[in-house]
Amino acid sequence: MATQQAASSEAVGAPPELQEYFEATIARDQRVEPRDWMPEGYRKTLIRQVAQHAHSEIIGMQPEGEWITRAPSLRRKAILFAKVQDEAGHGLYLYSAAETLGADRTDLTERLIEGRQKYSSIFNYPTPTFADVGVIGWFVDGAAICNQVPLCRSSYGPYARAMVRICKEESFHQRQGYELLMTMMRGTDAQREMVQDAVNRWWWPSLMMFGPPDDNSPNSAASMAWKIKRHSNDELRQRFVDMTVPQAEKLGVTLPDPELRWNADRGHHDFGTPDWDELMRVIKGDGPCNAERVERRRAAHEEGAWVREAAAAHAAKQTARAREGAAA
Amino acid sequence: MSDTQQGAKAGWPLYEVFVRGKRGLNHVHVGSLHAADDGMALTHARDLYTRRNEGVSIWVVRSEHIAASTRDEKDPFFAPSADKVYRHPTFYDIPDDVPHI
Amino acid sequence: MSDDHVYLTLAEGHEDDTRWAYGTGFEDPLYGVDTAVPDGVDREGLAALCLALGDDALVSAQRLAEWTTRAPELEEEVALANIGLDLLGQARLLYARCGQVDGTGRSEDVYAYFRAPDDFRNVALAELPNGDFAFTIARLLILASWRLAHFERLTASPDPVLAAIAAKGVKELTYHRQYAAEWVVRLGDGTEESRRRMRAGLDGLVPYLGELFDAHDAKTDVLAVLRQVTEAADLPLPEVPSCQGGLGRDGAHTEHLAPLLAELQSVARAHPGATW
Repeated sequence: MATQQAASSEAVGAPPELQEYFEATIARDQRVEPRDWMPEGYRKTLIRQVAQHAHSEIIGMQPEGEWITRAPSLRRKAILFAKVQDEAGHGLYLYSAAETLGADRTDLTERLIEGRQKYSSIFNYPTPTFADVGVIGWFVDGAAICNQVPLCRSSYGPYARAMVRICKEESFHQRQGYELLMTMMRGTDAQREMVQDAVNRWWWPSLMMFGPPDDNSPNSAASMAWKIKRHSNDELRQRFVDMTVPQAEKLGVTLPDPELRWNADRGHHDFGTPDWDELMRVIKGDGPCNAERVERRRAAHEEGAWVREAAAAHAAKQTARAREGAAA
Repeated sequence: MSDTQQGAKAGWPLYEVFVRGKRGLNHVHVGSLHAADDGMALTHARDLYTRRNEGVSIWVVRSEHIAASTRDEKDPFFAPSADKVYRHPTFYDIPDDVPHI
Repeated sequence: MSDDHVYLTLAEGHEDDTRWAYGTGFEDPLYGVDTAVPDGVDREGLAALCLALGDDALVSAQRLAEWTTRAPELEEEVALANIGLDLLGQARLLYARCGQVDGTGRSEDVYAYFRAPDDFRNVALAELPNGDFAFTIARLLILASWRLAHFERLTASPDPVLAAIAAKGVKELTYHRQYAAEWVVRLGDGTEESRRRMRAGLDGLVPYLGELFDAHDAKTDVLAVLRQVTEAADLPLPEVPSCQGGLGRDGAHTEHLAPLLAELQSVARAHPGATW
């Protein structure tokens, strides 16, 4: 395979037994751990993927976070507050995993706010109504779970372990979204319209979350060979569609795809082609909310600088005082 | 001192977090976080890794203060002088002398 | 093969997932608690107290929620949300109790979403805009210390429900106070800029302290905490004024409460008859 050749050529200079040990670990389906030797390409691919994943959690707080102060019941307010908080926590677990690879969180944050590292395209869409909170839980967290459950078996130990924690917590995220939508569908006509409208807006972007089709996904092959990723984009997309269609029927909403139908021969649903040009535009920074999302993150980071500096300065003074105390 | 000054620029230093979920179990490494000092690291660990579940015991230790070796003799001990990633502990038995803060 | 399937390894011993989604309370907050009001309890006074303490908590939680995605570091994002969720949980319990005691049977949401600003009984300190992180921390220290002193006394309330709510709240508020106190010291001692901001935060809040002590006389406890913390931070403690007459507890508020409530209530009020 091309990727294995690439990995081998990168390993020039590394003792062959290290390369062999690494490949045997992957082949035996065991985890690679931080102190293990690993090919530079493996490390770089992982840092990129884990950092993007972490950035997605942090940027992903924004579209829903907007609604915490306006949630229409105290129960919904508590659920949403806790959910958005979880996303901050998930971002932290993932940055922590990235740091075991030698990345530095401040550096990753700077890459994010300078637009040098990406996050999931889905968070560049706006959330104009409260139904969006429900649909994000149902679609976006549902899609995230499809993506993430297999990552619990990723070949890199710290990433896999972070995903285990995250998946456990996110099952609540999807359920709260679906439950909100069920409640709204039992409510007023205006509420039902809100739900259908949100479904219409989020369906295609959700399908795009799995990334470009397999024949046009430049980084997938290497990730698969190294077992960083365990399933292809198209496989996961199919899984998501198959999972969601019966849920939509039960909810009483229409998924906005005239080509969507059960294919008994394949044992899967057929569905239409997402607008890949739109995905490319959004990934390249031209989505409806890219600028505002990155700007918010930048503002928080920059406006918080004096606080972080103060805490570091206090810690330094404390250390110095302790030293003086010990010397005296 | 120099690393703290660096810390102000580069962000707070990295801490490793070990949690004992219930009595009778060992502390287990759960991940890392950033904090300016030990007290803040404990507070953050409690907020992040336990959501303040009562009765759990938490250890935090600056990542750079952990020395580690691999358990598996065949596991190549590679480039001990390399950067912090190679000294990063994860999933190894916790040495008995990790201080209980 | 030596199995290191991480999911199985980590799933062991973690069957108790209740610690996640902290404070989301999917059930009636007082489910299973004997809610009968004991004889001899002043119902009107008890309801008014629950309402006022609930309003303090709700308004504070709303201000903390405004920090979401804007905190100075991601770890603080998690910490501030934990505190906000604690307070939101307290508000829900107190409103539920209020509805039982005042005889109207109103739900928590009726209190939160369908009252006008001058029906709210929170202290003015809670409704002031967040300001910078130093201001938020100074307010948190003051409110947590004051509320903690109050709750400690309420653990002996003749109403068993309020006593139980207070006992739960004491643990939470002790943590809030510790979190805020540590930050006041860090910011007071840290850099010139943080010291300036911390001083400004305290100076800006102290004028509102009189109202707190008027509402609940915890002056000794609160001032002891403030003195200890400001000494550790080497910050001057401004003169605490006496109250110039009640404000929030009488329904008189600063100009900041109405917009806060307009936002909080906007969706609920835009959809009459809706269920969420």
